[in-house]
Amino acid sequence: MKKAIVFNNVKKTFNQLKAVDGVSLSIEEGEFFALLGPNGAGKSTLINMMAGLVRPSNGSVSVMGFDVNKEYQKARHSVGIVPQELVFDPFFNVREMLRFQAGYFGKDKSNDKWVDEVIERLDLTEKSSTNMRKLSGGMKRRALIAQALVHRPPVIVLDEPTAGVDVELRQKLWNFINDLNKEGHTIVLTTHYLEEAETLCNRIGMMRSGKIVALDSTKNLLKQFASKNLKVRLHKNNFKKISKIIGMPNFEQNNDWYIFKLKKVSDASKIIEKLNQSKIQILDMELIESDLEDIFLKLTGKN
Amino acid sequence: MNTTRDQLIGTWTLLKKELLRFWRVAFQTVAAPVISGILYLLIFSQVLGDRLEVYEGINYLVFLIPGLIMMSLLQNSFSNSSSSLIQAKIMGNIVFLLLTPLSYLQLFFAFLIAAIVRGIFVGICIYLIAIFYVDLPVKYPWFVFIFAFCGGGLMGAFGMIAGIWAHRFDQMAAFGNFVIMPLSMLSGVFYSIHSLPEIWQTISHFNPFFYMIDGFRYGFFGQSDTSPYLSLLIVSSFFIILSFITIRMLKSGYKLRN
Repeated sequence: MKKAIVFNNVKKTFNQLKAVDGVSLSIEEGEFFALLGPNGAGKSTLINMMAGLVRPSNGSVSVMGFDVNKEYQKARHSVGIVPQELVFDPFFNVREMLRFQAGYFGKDKSNDKWVDEVIERLDLTEKSSTNMRKLSGGMKRRALIAQALVHRPPVIVLDEPTAGVDVELRQKLWNFINDLNKEGHTIVLTTHYLEEAETLCNRIGMMRSGKIVALDSTKNLLKQFASKNLKVRLHKNNFKKISKIIGMPNFEQNNDWYIFKLKKVSDASKIIEKLNQSKIQILDMELIESDLEDIFLKLTGKN
Repeated sequence: MNTTRDQLIGTWTLLKKELLRFWRVAFQTVAAPVISGILYLLIFSQVLGDRLEVYEGINYLVFLIPGLIMMSLLQNSFSNSSSSLIQAKIMGNIVFLLLTPLSYLQLFFAFLIAAIVRGIFVGICIYLIAIFYVDLPVKYPWFVFIFAFCGGGLMGAFGMIAGIWAHRFDQMAAFGNFVIMPLSMLSGVFYSIHSLPEIWQTISHFNPFFYMIDGFRYGFFGQSDTSPYLSLLIVSSFFIILSFITIRMLKSGYKLRN
């Protein structure tokens, strides 16, 4: 399969700060890829390099086989970028702004039908003649997505598209982005909503301090870092006793709750059996499976 | 992908957007400078009209009009490109241009032509109002046009440099208040430099605005303080130098791309 995006040993230094530190990463055509990481991890710098807004200090970036610096015009034709900030031109309405944006890419009036289709698919029809200033935050976000699509790019990059968006609109945007991916667009998403990445993306890259710290399919990542915990509610004063009975150093206490980290699921029945044998009453219990959020916190070192 | 046709459409789209941008706020971008020009005209002609004759056989009011037209043209050409860029930078919507395949030359020409058009449009409005009151001959129309074009282009390019360099509105205001305004006021709009003491005459020759206004006025009357060809050489040289600097800034992404 053709590579849609390739980062080849990319570095970016701002004064002394290494914003991106030797990232090598390829994204296949048609992939739905999530780039995760805490604030300042280097996600936006990486995206801005793809957009040609930031020039790498070292290495190269290509989109659909075109180097973003040497063949910038072809590379920019191939990518539509939705910026993180809600920026807009206050002089124009939605339709005018979209037509201008298409025009910058050499699209003439024959493209207006596509612009109208994008407007309709993003539920912007009623607001298409409204000045950008008068739109709500959610509507501005939709207009920004529409702007990235007007020149029909094969690669779409969304830098936190659902930040500050209500639940209903977020769901609508997810469906829309999912449809674009099914139509064959390569999607790259940065997000703080890990649920978003887990639900939508088939591959995830996690960044910390300018480096990729994990890169795998969502399924493998969950499998690789997955852990199961047994959470049981007992009487508080049993801590020392329980430590002796179970003989397991790896557990935590949080008030009445005891959390045992399991190596395998069968360990849970052994723990319950030991507690029963020692006549310790179990008041409540649950089996917890780690999700993307736990993996993210583990890998990015955020607590 | 990105054929010559695509590039022409891209440049035309940006030019159209820039023209529409100032036209949407024509009350501020056209009506206001026209009214200012007419006020200067009324006040100076009332106060000095009958007392002064700068060029032989030419009434002071008639002498004043070309200078005022050119001053407004220059100031508005500067304002168009500078305000468009600084606003786009501060609002953040400059990103919509930077994400496109528009080359630095396409950006340059679209902003430059829009600046020239606005300057010339304001100048024509003042001219049309002025000829209601006085008979204003145009002896060499080509000189009028070439100085209007080069002057508007020079200031459009200067406006782009200011717009790219500045990152706050007060820095932009400083350009207007401390560079454009003094240079245009001291350029011979309201007087002939021959009426100044010798030292000020010499200093005036270092002011590029003087050549733009003097050459433009020559197109109307066939009379000027200095040779119109020298003025044309100096104005076109400045235009080329400032265009070169602007193109270099756009090409390198100075203060636009990190």
